[in-house]
Amino acid sequence: MAIEAVDHSHWSPLLGRLWLDALPQEPIVLATFVVVALGGVALVAALTYFKLWGYLWKEWFTSVDHKKIGIMYMVLGLIMFLRGFADAIMMRIQQSIAFNGNEGYLNAHHYDQIFTAHGVIMIFFVAMPFVTGLMNYIVPLQIGARDVSFPFLNNFSFWMTTAGAVLVMMSLFIGEFAQTGWLAYPPLSNLAYSPWVGVDYYIWALQIAGVGTLLSGVNLICTIVKMRAPGMTMMRMPIFTWTSLCTNILIVAAFPVLTAVMTMLSVDRYLGFNFFSNDFGGSPMMYVNLIWIWGHPEVYILILPLFGVFSEVTATFCGKRLFGYSSMVYATLVITILSYLVWLHHFFTMGSGASVNSFFGITTMVISIPTGAKLFNWLFTMYRARIRYELPMMWTVAFMLTFTIGGMTGVMLAIPPADFVLHNSLFLIAHFHNVIIGGVLFGIFAAINYWWPKAFGFKLNQFWGKVSFWLWVPGFWVAFTPLYILGFMGVTRRMRVFDDPSIQIYFVIAAFGAVMIAGGIGAMLVQFAVSIWKREELKDESGDPWQGRTLEWATSSPPPEYNFAFTPIVHDIDAWDDMKRCGVERPVTGFRPIHMPKSTGTGLILAGLSTALGFAMIWYIWWLAAASFVGIIGYAIFHTFNYKRDYHIPVETVEATEAARTRQLAAAGA
Amino acid sequence: MTATTINSVHDLSQPQLQATFYDLNEHDHPEGGSTMLGFWIYLMSDCLIFAMLFAAYGVLGGSFAAGPGPKDLFELPLVALNTAMLLFSSITYGFAMLAMEKGGKGAVQLWLLVTAVFGIAFLSIEMYEFYHLIHEGATPMRSGFLTAFFSLVGTHGLHVTFGLVWLFTLVVQVGTKGLIPANKRRLMCLSLFWHFLDVVWIGVFTFVYLMGML
Repeated sequence: MAIEAVDHSHWSPLLGRLWLDALPQEPIVLATFVVVALGGVALVAALTYFKLWGYLWKEWFTSVDHKKIGIMYMVLGLIMFLRGFADAIMMRIQQSIAFNGNEGYLNAHHYDQIFTAHGVIMIFFVAMPFVTGLMNYIVPLQIGARDVSFPFLNNFSFWMTTAGAVLVMMSLFIGEFAQTGWLAYPPLSNLAYSPWVGVDYYIWALQIAGVGTLLSGVNLICTIVKMRAPGMTMMRMPIFTWTSLCTNILIVAAFPVLTAVMTMLSVDRYLGFNFFSNDFGGSPMMYVNLIWIWGHPEVYILILPLFGVFSEVTATFCGKRLFGYSSMVYATLVITILSYLVWLHHFFTMGSGASVNSFFGITTMVISIPTGAKLFNWLFTMYRARIRYELPMMWTVAFMLTFTIGGMTGVMLAIPPADFVLHNSLFLIAHFHNVIIGGVLFGIFAAINYWWPKAFGFKLNQFWGKVSFWLWVPGFWVAFTPLYILGFMGVTRRMRVFDDPSIQIYFVIAAFGAVMIAGGIGAMLVQFAVSIWKREELKDESGDPWQGRTLEWATSSPPPEYNFAFTPIVHDIDAWDDMKRCGVERPVTGFRPIHMPKSTGTGLILAGLSTALGFAMIWYIWWLAAASFVGIIGYAIFHTFNYKRDYHIPVETVEATEAARTRQLAAAGA
Repeated sequence: MTATTINSVHDLSQPQLQATFYDLNEHDHPEGGSTMLGFWIYLMSDCLIFAMLFAAYGVLGGSFAAGPGPKDLFELPLVALNTAMLLFSSITYGFAMLAMEKGGKGAVQLWLLVTAVFGIAFLSIEMYEFYHLIHEGATPMRSGFLTAFFSLVGTHGLHVTFGLVWLFTLVVQVGTKGLIPANKRRLMCLSLFWHFLDVVWIGVFTFVYLMGML
């Protein structure tokens, strides 16, 4: 299976280093390419046949409605999740068979790309779109706003994130992806050791998506700070909004670091600078430090919004106010700050000495205190409550059990001497999957099951949801417990073949767990399909199917474009619950025209040009890079000459929409 | 809190309740209410990029790789002149903002153009300095120190270039649309940006040039 060294030195002014040798050579990739190409053609044909392009362009792609953008983020996350999982199960199969001289079915060049792509995709193009999508959809509704602060920017952010995802997907079929691991440490990621396009794909995908992430962070901070409904003081904000605020603060204070580091790596690769080179005074360890100064806050960017989800779900399905609201807020803030003081625990083995390692070991352990406070708050909310075990609550309980164990193994890794043994082993892999799957992913599943009825007006099918749950949760433990054990035995990460046949059984068990998870994912897709199929039976007329407590449940499902005909006034935590207890009825007269932002295609166009810029830079197609760069600047300036970006929804439209809502509520007997 | 809410609303009629819980007389919110906050947050994120470059300079600033160091390369009189150009441009931008407050459209454009002249002078001197260094063999590829130096100073220069493109766009927009609220907001944002670059330059001047010559 040894791959022959291919000479990639060909360069032409028109195509740069893009040449026929960039097309898929390996049978597995070639077959995937054919399937994807056929699927793509079929999709385009179907959209054309059903004349859906105009609808998609007008109602979705150019929409600045935070709800539609939120849904598009979730769709992006789901698609990329399937890709990321395909990578995962390929690795599990490879590792379960590559024993006793068997090389498995993946050569080293391919396998190294897979583990890199898996990490990059799961973090940047699955978890990030999922949490950003959730925040986009829910936060404005929870604070009683009609949209975000900068609706156009929101659309632009989404498309930039998508552009990054597109580049990563392109790398599968045109050229290669990085073979460096998901953080692309130099010197391996330097030009000398990664001479072809893989690392450049990595850099440009992250840079372009990073622009989107940063701007969406700025946007949501402003939205939360400036656009809350009257009466909603900071300490009356729903917990999900609080955790979103902290997440976006982290985004704004962390992503520029990633941008800077990626730029430094770029100039090293493109111009021969010496930031991270081994000779001429560069420092590879500076890269590791800088990237983890972004990287550790990043893990809290991912988990904090889900802590918010679990808080909302727990309060709702226990039918009472969250225990310890203020302590929850303070715990979130403490985590936000501490997340900047722990980065060095990712490389205790760097050799910074006992004092530095102790400092970072202790700060790491200290983070478990506010996290523990949160867990106790959820438990005390559940204590003596009449808990309704709907799907979101089931995911929440699964999270509490799974995440707690993941947290404990994290504290073990925070002990520098223990870390010297476990560093870079499968124990670490098991740990972070334990917290990311058990925390972020389970939280996303809870959130999807919880807010789906709000977004689409019908609940998700329970049977298939439970099938998915019972495959996922045990499947997770079957897949990752063996990795904990293997890690203790000293098996390192990112191995393609193994010498010791006695450990094969653990990898076989892990692969079986991955198959269970595949079943869980399949069941979830069936759940979506069945629910859409039977949407009339699952319909929710009330807009408040779970007896919710926060303002998103005060409007119809799905909410009208303007969210609230009248902005609610908040007098308490859990504003909607307060309104229900006070018996306030929804006003049905006196509507006014509503001021809203206009749709625009600028975001999509700029992101398209950015994709071209990234592609051109990756392949050294300098004329295209220059042209698309000028295009981006020019189009952005052109956009600023458009001063008419808003319109009014006429009062008749508002009246008609609200009258329909009144009839719907009357029919539902609410 | 909960108890008082319930007690106080107990006796209210439904219209009163609705008036308590819904903003029934809401007016349009003026556009751009979040813009200054948003732009300021963006600037702070930009500041972090400079912080990273300063940090990199801090780490690599002594890695000469047997090449030239600051004392061999920097010419303080030139840097002083350059700094003066940028500081003057900040003052003249301030005059543009004062003119904006008084509603003098032509004066705003004039002061913006004066600012641009100083900005271009700053960039020209910087490019002369870079050219001179590269000509002497002190390229960014020569050592970690020079990599960090060129990246930090160059990133600042790129920001000034971007600011100039923005500035000329605004000159045109003020000309065509006048000093409408949207344009005033944009002028305010560019003002923040321009002064921010000044502050960053003070850092560069102090930590890179002055301390490099110590």
